[in-house]
Amino acid sequence: MARVVLKLGDDISTDIIYPGRFMATVLPTETPQYAFADFPEFNARLKSGQIPPGSVVVAGKNFGCGSSREQAASTLKGHELVIVARNFARIFLQNAINLGLRLVVCPEIEAEEGDELEILPDKIINRTSGKVFKVEPLPRARQAIIDAGGLIPYTRQRLLEKVAARKRA
Amino acid sequence: MGLTMVEKILARATGQKKVKAGQVVEPKVSLAMSHENAALVINQFLEVYKDTGLKPRVWDPDKIAIILDHRVPAESSKTATNQKKIREFVAAQKIKKFHDIRGDEGGICHQILPESGYVLPGTVVVGTDSHTTSHGALGAFSFGIGATEMASVWALGRVLNVEVPGTIKVVAKGRFPRHVLPKDFILYLIGLITAEGANFKVLEYHGPAIESMDTSGRLTVCNMSVEAGATSGIVPPDKETLRYLREEARVKGKIEIFGPDPDAEYERVVEIDVSKLEPMVACPHTVDNVKPVGQVGKVKVDQIVIGSCTNGRLDDLAVAARILKGKKVAKGVRMLVFPASFRIYQRALKLGYIADLVKAGAVIMNPGCGCCLGVHQGALGDGEVALSTTNRNFKGRMGNPKADVYLCSPAVAAASALTGYITDPRKGGK
Repeated sequence: MARVVLKLGDDISTDIIYPGRFMATVLPTETPQYAFADFPEFNARLKSGQIPPGSVVVAGKNFGCGSSREQAASTLKGHELVIVARNFARIFLQNAINLGLRLVVCPEIEAEEGDELEILPDKIINRTSGKVFKVEPLPRARQAIIDAGGLIPYTRQRLLEKVAARKRA
Repeated sequence: MGLTMVEKILARATGQKKVKAGQVVEPKVSLAMSHENAALVINQFLEVYKDTGLKPRVWDPDKIAIILDHRVPAESSKTATNQKKIREFVAAQKIKKFHDIRGDEGGICHQILPESGYVLPGTVVVGTDSHTTSHGALGAFSFGIGATEMASVWALGRVLNVEVPGTIKVVAKGRFPRHVLPKDFILYLIGLITAEGANFKVLEYHGPAIESMDTSGRLTVCNMSVEAGATSGIVPPDKETLRYLREEARVKGKIEIFGPDPDAEYERVVEIDVSKLEPMVACPHTVDNVKPVGQVGKVKVDQIVIGSCTNGRLDDLAVAARILKGKKVAKGVRMLVFPASFRIYQRALKLGYIADLVKAGAVIMNPGCGCCLGVHQGALGDGEVALSTTNRNFKGRMGNPKADVYLCSPAVAAASALTGYITDPRKGGK
């Protein structure tokens, strides 16, 4: 079971998730401090450890639109948040998968802050409202990356295969 | 059924006769671009090589371009240190397409790439910047990726696990009326199909209004295609593409020109008659909140911004200079101009545009991303309003979530600079 800790609307841009003025900070170990920096109260709760890993942010359409900044994914990954949205913008979705941030595409999701969600592979059960919502699979093109635990281990694996193939040839 | 522009490019980049939308491919990359976020790419790249016993070497240093533009000159010691790390990496890896903070070759990545002849039609270009869609203006399949994805490209020379995108065909008919510019066309399109209307899709541009548009306008259109969610915008290359590449980008080598098949399969066709368009404005806080300038109401402006990768080219500066020459920016309005590159800056100097703008009261900033992304050089105060030719008006975009950003063409921006209010250039300007 996972609790909804933040509810957002449509078109949440990467400028809202990780404001541009913090872009000089790049390392995944350092970006989590600026997550949702322009929501000072929520940011303070994240930083003080009041939000347990696995907590859910619920959003509408086009979550993560805008800039390709990977900080927007690493900042959320740093807090092990789960993002449930009606859909995601392409680059953000890919960055999230590459870094192992958990995203759930749920086109009809209805949930309020404080609701308890049970997230299953094919559906979300809102235990507070009793409603059930269908989950759409992530792009199949990305499955190999998810299975490898992210793009860095996947690339490493592919690189070693390439080197081995070259040696054989 | 035939192939779209991007299907054809991806077939070539994967050594296949044809690929179709939905197929998963791993295309070879012809150009991989990064800016300051190369600092993160370097970190992730070294991470890939960790414990492999292999020496970290980029797959092809001649296919990597790094342009410092986002925070130039550095606004903080942190940025300066990252830029220093990038210079050291560039030297160690022998990357030649590196553009530092210099008055002879610097500028914004999305201007440096085309004007340096780094982008060729029919190729695959990736960049760690969402506005990498710009380079579709030259007939490349060009799209934005994250830093870790770029680290993977640096290691392997391919983008892994790409789903071939479906394509929306946009047909632009008619001729642009006076004071209606390519920026107005793309803002109108984004308003029409919404900020997520082309998510995971390609916008392929056709029609007489595109054919008669120069590369500068096409760069504006493809640049902002991402604001409709598009993976890429693309214009099938033509005579104008060849002219630009030979005359302006000074490309000497072979240039291959091909378009989509006549019977290509499109997911949707959108037709727009540009002769009916008006100057448009994207109102806060989403780029698809688009209205004709006459319907915006009376909005007082504190800061005018002309420039950026969207509208900082010579013709954009010419439009602004023409409207402002011999006049004055309204009292209480700050006008900032960011030429897209130093090559453009130098040409604008020679043509007198810079003098016209400065005499009118504008401040000429150094080429770079400047205040567009809200890091430095023109942050907004609480409750202030900016009218800008840049590409995003998200909350907080210009450094302050308590400020408003409106987007428009250089003509609307210049006309509004004279009055201090958002103004229709067909009425207010000249």
